[in-house]
Amino acid sequence: MNLLFIISWIEFSPIKPEVGLLFWSTVVFSIFWLVIGKLAFKPIIKALNDRSNTIQESLDAANRAKEEMKNLQSENERIMSEAREEKMRIIKEAKDAANSIVNDAKDKAKEEAQRITINAKNEIENAKMAALVDVKNQVGTMATDIAEKIIRRNLANDASHQEYVKKLVDEVKMN
Amino acid sequence: MINVLKIVVACFVFCTGIYAHEGHNHQHPSTTTTTTQNNGQTTNHDNTLNNSQDHSTHDHSTHSHQGHDLAAHTDCGHDSHSEFKADETAFHHISDLNVYSIGPWNFPLPCILYSKDQGWSFFSSSKFDIDNHHHGSGNKAVDRYALNMGRVMRIIDASFPMGEVSVQGFTTAETEVDGKKKEINYVCANGQKYELEKTSSVDGGLFGGGFTSFYDFSITKNVFAMLLVIGFMSILFLGMASAYRRKPSTAPTGSQKLFEPIILFLQDEVAKPFIGAKYERFMPLLLAIFFFILSLNLFGQIPFFGGANVTGNLAVTMVLAIIVFIVVNLNGNKHYWEHILWMPGIPAWVKTLITPIEILGVFIKPVTLMLRLFANITAGHIVIIIFISLIFIFGKAGAEPGAAYGASVASVLLALFISAIELLVAFIQAYVFTLLTASYIGAATEEHHHPEKNHH
Amino acid sequence: MTGSIVAIGMGLAAIGAGIGVGTIGGKALEAIARQPEAIGDIRANMILTAALVEGAALIAILMAFLVK
Repeated sequence: MNLLFIISWIEFSPIKPEVGLLFWSTVVFSIFWLVIGKLAFKPIIKALNDRSNTIQESLDAANRAKEEMKNLQSENERIMSEAREEKMRIIKEAKDAANSIVNDAKDKAKEEAQRITINAKNEIENAKMAALVDVKNQVGTMATDIAEKIIRRNLANDASHQEYVKKLVDEVKMN
Repeated sequence: MINVLKIVVACFVFCTGIYAHEGHNHQHPSTTTTTTQNNGQTTNHDNTLNNSQDHSTHDHSTHSHQGHDLAAHTDCGHDSHSEFKADETAFHHISDLNVYSIGPWNFPLPCILYSKDQGWSFFSSSKFDIDNHHHGSGNKAVDRYALNMGRVMRIIDASFPMGEVSVQGFTTAETEVDGKKKEINYVCANGQKYELEKTSSVDGGLFGGGFTSFYDFSITKNVFAMLLVIGFMSILFLGMASAYRRKPSTAPTGSQKLFEPIILFLQDEVAKPFIGAKYERFMPLLLAIFFFILSLNLFGQIPFFGGANVTGNLAVTMVLAIIVFIVVNLNGNKHYWEHILWMPGIPAWVKTLITPIEILGVFIKPVTLMLRLFANITAGHIVIIIFISLIFIFGKAGAEPGAAYGASVASVLLALFISAIELLVAFIQAYVFTLLTASYIGAATEEHHHPEKNHH
Repeated sequence: MTGSIVAIGMGLAAIGAGIGVGTIGGKALEAIARQPEAIGDIRANMILTAALVEGAALIAILMAFLVK
C-alpha cells in the first residue's frame, strides 16, 4: 500500500472547498467584518483613539500647567529678587540720606559752632575793648583824679604840668 | 520552524500508518462494515450495482497495481473486527461532518440540502439514526441522502425509494477514471449496493472533488463551530463597544482589559507601519480577520470538544483569502497597477518578463495566505491526533497492552508538548495572516512619490 | 513506489523550509542581540519573511498531494 493510495482512498475532505462551507463562511465572516466591524470594531477603535487622545491632551495640559507653574515661580522669584534689590536700594538710599543729613547737620553744627565761637570771640573782643576803653577811661579818670589830687597839691598852679598830663591821658586813650 | 517539525512528524506517521496498513492483509475497514478485497479491475465511476457485483468474483491478482489492490469492495453485512488506522482517524477528525462528535456521542446538526432533482430538503441529521459506535454513520437513508462517516452523501440511483430507508452499511471502492484513481462510496440497502456521491466542492477536480448532483448547505460541524464562536465573539465585541460608549473615559474592565492590548497592538504594530496614513479604514477588516482566525484556531484546540478544524479547512481560508484579494485589488491605486502591469524604470524587454510574474504574484499572494493557514492548522490537528494514535498503533488496537502503556506515556507527553506549540501557532498564524493582509493592502495603497528612484 | 518519492519530496521541502526559517530566526536573534531596541521591527519582518519561506514549502507539500 503506498502513500498516495491511502491519501486518495481516505476522504481528505478539508482540502476540498465545499460549496456549503464556502457559503457559510462567507456569510459569517462578512457579518463579522461588515456588521460587527461597523457596530463594534469602529466604535472600539474610535473610543480607544479618543481615550488615547484624551490622555495625550491631559498629559499635554499637565505639562503646560507645569511649565506655567515653573514660569510663575520664576516670575515670583524675579519679583522677589527685584523687591529684595529695591529694598536694598531703598535702605541704601535711606542710609545715604541719613548719612548726608547727619553730615550736613554736623557741618552746619560745626559752622554754627564756629560762627557762635566767632561771634562770641568778637563779642568778647568787643566787650574786652569796651571794657578796656572803660578801664582806660576809668583808669584815666582815676589817674587823672589821683593825678589831680597829687598835682592839685603840688602843681595847682603849674599850668605846664597840667597840660602835659592831659597829653599823656590822650595818648593812653588812643591805645 | 514548528511546521517543519509537524511535517516531518506527519511524514513519519504516514509511513507508520502505511506500515500498519500493509501488515494487515489489505483490510479496509473504512466504515461500519469491513471490507473484503477483490480485484483491481477498473470500474467506471458511473457503473453502480452490476459492476460491483461482477467484480466480487474476480481474483485478487488479475489487475493489481504495484502489487496492491486498487479496488476494494465491501461485502455489506459481513462484520469482522475493524482494525485501527491512525491516518483514517486523523482525517476523520479534521473533516467537516454533519454530526458534532464529542467523545463517543454524536450530536445531530440540521441538514440543509439542495439537489437539482429533489430541490431543497431540511431535516435534522438525527433522522439518519446515527450509529454512535462507528464514526457516526447513519443507519437510515433519508430522501436518497445517507450519512457515511458523519458526512451526508447522495444516492445517485433514481430508483432508490424516497423517505426513510434503513441501510445495512457502507463500503468503498477504488476505480480509475482518466488515469486518476478515484474513490467511490457505496451504501448497502435492501441487499443491493448503491453508489453515493459527495457534496459539491470547488476544487475543480484537483483534489478529487468537483461539482456533483447536490449541494450541502447544512449547519455542519465547522459551520456550527463558526456560528458558535463568532456569535460569542460578536456579543463580546458588541458589549465592549457599548461599554466604551456608556463610559468613554474610565479605566477598562473585563474583556476590555483582555482585548484592548491586542487591538492596540494590531493598530500600532501592524496597521500603522504597514498601511500608513489610511490605516483606519482597514482596521475593521484586520481586526475581523485576526479575531476570526484566532478564536477559531483556539476553539479547535480545546480537547474533548470535537476539535472543530474550521481554520484548517480550505473553504474557510479560501473565503478569507478571496476577501483579502478583493479588498487589496479594489483599493490598489495607480502606482500599484503601474508596478504590476508596466514596471517603471526598467528596460522594455525586462518589463515583458516582469509583467507576467507580477500578474501571477497578484494571485499567488492570496493563494499562499489560504494555504499557509490551512496547512498549519490542519497539520497541527493531525500531529496531535497521530501522537494520541501512537498508543493504538503500538498497542495494535488492544492486542499488545504493554506496548500501549509504554507508548501512552510518551505520546501523551508529546501531544501535550505539541498542544502547547499549537497554542502559540494559533496566535502566530492569526498574526501572520493579519500582518500579510496589512502588508498587501499597504503595498496596494502606498503613495510612491519618486517611483523612478526605487528601481534602478 | 511513487508514494515514497512523494514522501521524499515532502521531506526535502521540509528541509528547505527548515534551513530558510532557521537562517531567518538565527539572523533575527543576532540582530536583536545587536540592537535590542529594534525588537519590534525585527520581529515583524522576521515573521513576515519566515511566513513567505514557509509558503514555498507548503506549496511544495500541496503539490506532493496533487501529483498522482
